[in-house]
Amino acid sequence: MSNKLINLENISKSYDNHLVLDEMNLYIRENEFVTLLGPSGCGKTTTLRIIGGFETPDTGRVVFDGQDITRLPAYKRPLNTVFQKYALFSHMSIAENIAFGLKIKNKSKSYIDDKIKYALKLVNLEGYEHRMPDSLSGGQQQRIAIARAIVNEPKVLLLDEPLGALDLKLRQDMQYELIRLKNELGITFIYVTHDQEEALTMSDTIVVMNQGYIQQIGTPEMIYNEPENAFVADFIGDSNIIDSVFIQDELVQILGVKFPCVDKGFGNNKPVDVVIRPEDVELVAPEEGLLQGEVSHIIFKGVHYEMEVMANGFEWLVHSTRMFPVGTKVGIKVDPFNIQIMNKPASEDEEAVAVEE
Amino acid sequence: MKSKFIKWLSLPYIIWAIGFIIIPLLMVFYFGLTDKNSHFTISNVLAIFQPIHIKSLLIALLLSLISTIICLLISYPLAMILSSFKKGNDKMMILIFILPMWMNFLLRTLAWQTLLENEGIINTVLSLVKLPSINIINTPYAIILGMIYNFLPFMVLPIYNVLCKIDGNLLNASRDLGANEIQTFCKITLPLSVPGIISGITMVFVPALTTFVISDLLGGSKILLIGNVIEQEFTLNSNWHLGSGLSIVLMIFIVISMLISAIFDKDGEGNTF
Ligand SMILES: Nc1ncnc2c1ncn2[C@@H]1O[C@H](COP(=O)(O)OP(=O)(O)OP(=O)(O)O)[C@@H](O)[C@H]1O
Ligand SMILES: [Mg+2]
Repeated sequence: MSNKLINLENISKSYDNHLVLDEMNLYIRENEFVTLLGPSGCGKTTTLRIIGGFETPDTGRVVFDGQDITRLPAYKRPLNTVFQKYALFSHMSIAENIAFGLKIKNKSKSYIDDKIKYALKLVNLEGYEHRMPDSLSGGQQQRIAIARAIVNEPKVLLLDEPLGALDLKLRQDMQYELIRLKNELGITFIYVTHDQEEALTMSDTIVVMNQGYIQQIGTPEMIYNEPENAFVADFIGDSNIIDSVFIQDELVQILGVKFPCVDKGFGNNKPVDVVIRPEDVELVAPEEGLLQGEVSHIIFKGVHYEMEVMANGFEWLVHSTRMFPVGTKVGIKVDPFNIQIMNKPASEDEEAVAVEE
Repeated sequence: MKSKFIKWLSLPYIIWAIGFIIIPLLMVFYFGLTDKNSHFTISNVLAIFQPIHIKSLLIALLLSLISTIICLLISYPLAMILSSFKKGNDKMMILIFILPMWMNFLLRTLAWQTLLENEGIINTVLSLVKLPSINIINTPYAIILGMIYNFLPFMVLPIYNVLCKIDGNLLNASRDLGANEIQTFCKITLPLSVPGIISGITMVFVPALTTFVISDLLGGSKILLIGNVIEQEFTLNSNWHLGSGLSIVLMIFIVISMLISAIFDKDGEGNTF
């Protein structure tokens, strides 16, 4: 793979004695689409602000292309940011907004005019040059914010929940548009969101964060299929997380029943967390299942039915295209490779530290 | 139903406005545009072109202009400093700043008189430490000083207000696009604070232009501003017609500066109170 473009080394940051980032280590490769994903307040924006140069870390270094830029002021950094709330200049027209960075760099007028045209075309807002930001819809303002950033041809584009304020349809359109932009421009994207679906759709790499710690770094498939701990499993999509005992290699006891699995090396008779995705739970006739239960709840979700099945004292979340009315006695089956085993954290803190290594 | 109720609620204010704004205003126009025999005339207004009147008007314009400019030069950096304080601390600073306004305007100006007098407190202290004394009482400088001292808060507050409202992310966006601090100030902060500046200018310029108390107390009776002339017509000379006529001229200037302010401040962003 290509080289590390940005390297965050041991970054810590606290506000008023409240630790927001703790010894964070992260590298970003050239041309990668990296998403920082995590619940509100976990430090995503803070991380982005440190990379962008709007905040200095208490400890650690930010290295860009081999150069330490920790103390470099924002205006000298070769990256551009799309802010969470657009931050368009309300006293300037759309064209002036887009031209802002280019004028600072003393580009020629014809160059700037060409760039404005090109950028507006890229974000599908041709002919908007003379409008004022206030007269644009949220989605249009967002696209202008993106246009304003990309005309500067940054090596890296930082985007802080750029689609947060948009409705579902526009969001999906914009997701495709952003991916198209990224491919067309060939720049590195660092993207912040708390929407797991968005992260899964768009990213090459997802960085799952919680309370200032990185929980897991991996491709969308890895994060979804092989969450390293209960937090990641819970945060990425719906899942059944069950207290279990790892009997021996390839055998785990879930809710008192032995299930064959594919994992090895978790020890013998060790308490573990098991993650089973709702779409991986198979409902069959009671006598065919390893577990027996009763459907307690059902909702139609369009593509599938979402059901809750009470079995051995645990409420299983099940997605299935087949409908089982409430009260139906069912059996539960899970394919061995759909059972994901995770070590139990010894304590809250250790959970995070253990994952970091 | 509701709108009817609101209408009734506004009644006291309407009565107030009629009694204390509309009627006096109409009276000013009546007296200003008539002579002693109640015949219509514009000679009271045209009296502004008499040398003594035009001179006092020009001095008033000059002094209030200078005071306004100095107020602006002091206020802008001050407002920037105040707005950079953390939320919570800034309220305290603002309070300290407007505290003098709780004292009576006359009293504050009288205090300056005793401070600045040739044998006043400042000169006593200066002579004690063997420094040359300053003699600015009864000069235009004292009047300017009095204007600045009295009207400075009216400049600081609206500017402070608009500065506080500027989203920090806008400044970050500007830096992000390659602008250094000076460029960011010139291209973002300054243009966005124009409504506050304009509002501050009107709020200092208008009272400074019309004042007669400050020039009375700090200028001796040597320097007559247009405000003093009008006051004397009403009190000493009991010529209400001439006083009103000159007031109308002054009003024209006030209306012009208000209009300018309204053009720049369409959204009422610079409103302080
Ligand atoms: N300037 C600041 N002063 C004090 N605390 C701050 C400041 N900025 C952020 N914080 C705190 O740091 C923590 C992380 O904030 P951050 O903005 O990075 O969260 P986030 O992950 O971006 O959340 P969201 O998804 O809500 O935007 C929060 O607890 C927040 O209260
Ligand atoms: Mg954020």
